[in-house]
Amino acid sequence: MQGRTTVHAWLMLSPALLLLVAFTHYPAIATIWHSLFSTPRGSRPARFVGAENYLALAEDPIFWQALMNNLVYALTTIPLSIGLALMMALWVNGKIHGRTALRIAFFTPTVLPMIAVANLWLFFYTPDYGLLDQILRTLFGWGPTNWIGRTETALGAMIVVAVWKEAGFFMIFYLAALQAIPPNLCEAAAIEGASRARIFWRITLPLLGPTTLFVLVNAVINGFRLVDHIIVMTKGGPDNATALLLTYVYELGFRFWDTATASALTVVLLVMLALTAAVQFLVGEKRVHYR
Amino acid sequence: MIGRVGNAFEHAAAWLLGLLWVAPLLYAIWAAVHPQGYSVRFDLFAPLTLENFAAAWDAAPFARYFLNTFVLVTMVLVAQFVLCTLAAFAFARSEFRGSGLLFGLVLLQLMIMPDVLLVENYRSMRALGLVDTILAIGLPYMASAFGIFLLRQTFKQIPRELEEAARVEGCGTMAILLRVYVPLAKPTYLAYGLTSVSYHWNNFLWPLVITNTVETRPLTVGLSVFASTDQGIDWAIISAATLMTSAPLLLGFLMFQRQFVQSFMRAGIR
Repeated sequence: MQGRTTVHAWLMLSPALLLLVAFTHYPAIATIWHSLFSTPRGSRPARFVGAENYLALAEDPIFWQALMNNLVYALTTIPLSIGLALMMALWVNGKIHGRTALRIAFFTPTVLPMIAVANLWLFFYTPDYGLLDQILRTLFGWGPTNWIGRTETALGAMIVVAVWKEAGFFMIFYLAALQAIPPNLCEAAAIEGASRARIFWRITLPLLGPTTLFVLVNAVINGFRLVDHIIVMTKGGPDNATALLLTYVYELGFRFWDTATASALTVVLLVMLALTAAVQFLVGEKRVHYR
Repeated sequence: MIGRVGNAFEHAAAWLLGLLWVAPLLYAIWAAVHPQGYSVRFDLFAPLTLENFAAAWDAAPFARYFLNTFVLVTMVLVAQFVLCTLAAFAFARSEFRGSGLLFGLVLLQLMIMPDVLLVENYRSMRALGLVDTILAIGLPYMASAFGIFLLRQTFKQIPRELEEAARVEGCGTMAILLRVYVPLAKPTYLAYGLTSVSYHWNNFLWPLVITNTVETRPLTVGLSVFASTDQGIDWAIISAATLMTSAPLLLGFLMFQRQFVQSFMRAGIR
């Protein structure tokens, strides 16, 4: 009997496993393998070059800039989007006027395609005519700024778009968690004379631990993956100011067709993801209380 | 007194943020329904027009793009439901040697998403002769770790007694899955289905890489091709095209807003 259920289980698992292995595990390993070979060009087949592709990356200033940009991008979008998401969830969960309208407003960016979002924000950021410059001129009398055309502001402009896009999605998870907290917990604390801030820090936040971990995992992955708007809005420019690891993979692999270097760069990206996974696993095990 | 002022301040902040969040969309709507000259000039009495939508529709094969996206989204959703249900059921209800390790290997996909493996997946698709097909856009996403994880959690919460009762009545494993587990997991299917549809409706980078003709391009790639070619600064038409491509999903969300949020809550993703 036990044997039969095992056979059943394997039969049910095999289609999904086959596809997972073909398009996740195999390519992850094949990327490492191919990163040790040169790019085949014309009649010249790929040959083994060892660490040469990695050495080329190490000498490539654009790679280092993309890596630094990506760290800045991840380390700003993650806390900003999570913080905003939590704040939004607390607002639309409480007694606020027009709760439903606010909920829709916060969530709307999530259902818009990133490409549509990019078009809308291009318009927003247009120097002089764009809404942002019009507002700043009216309020502070500022002159026109080329937000996405200047190296100082371009990455910041991309970060704002990413946070705007993500926060509402994370809000849903916090909202779901908040509604699962028994109201009598907070009522009891309020009767005991605890302030709202104290209730938040001592009761609500600890109970949101598992949600925060879940959201954090998603935010970290998005910190490396969410690049659609950059490809459309700046193509990594100006002067590589908004180049991230994944946009550079795209550029190397599908604009210059230098698949060997693109593979090496993908390995770097995979290592970054593996590292964050390991850190989250270690921290998460200790700090989060699952039921 | 301080509480009252603080409350009013908080309300104002919430509303300001909400306004900020819909501003780009409102701006696009404004630009799309007025003649081109009004894109950067606000006038309450500006004439309304639908010409921008007509112009955008004529400027690119949007009907074909809509069809491609529709085929893609449906195909991925059906495949995900079938594959993830089977796998999740096996993980939830059969303890066999190595099932824990296997589940861990599945969850790897949560971290290493297909989006990151562009170069290698492109190589595989070329080897399979699938470059520039709609199947190739969907294939890497059909076995979804997120879906398997979500459904496994839901299936595990279903009391075993129900399964045993069905077994006593002579149901086989497949019948139990279809008659007991799947109906009870409806909220999870709804939540996951909505997430999946919006993800694949909006997905861009992989479709951009793997497609190169009108016959296969989904809306997102079509829109980017449209907006980047010589349309230049004609914001009115770009706004109209942008709204057009996002409209079905946006309307769907507005209609199902309540169910969407609730299904997430019931699905127990916390």
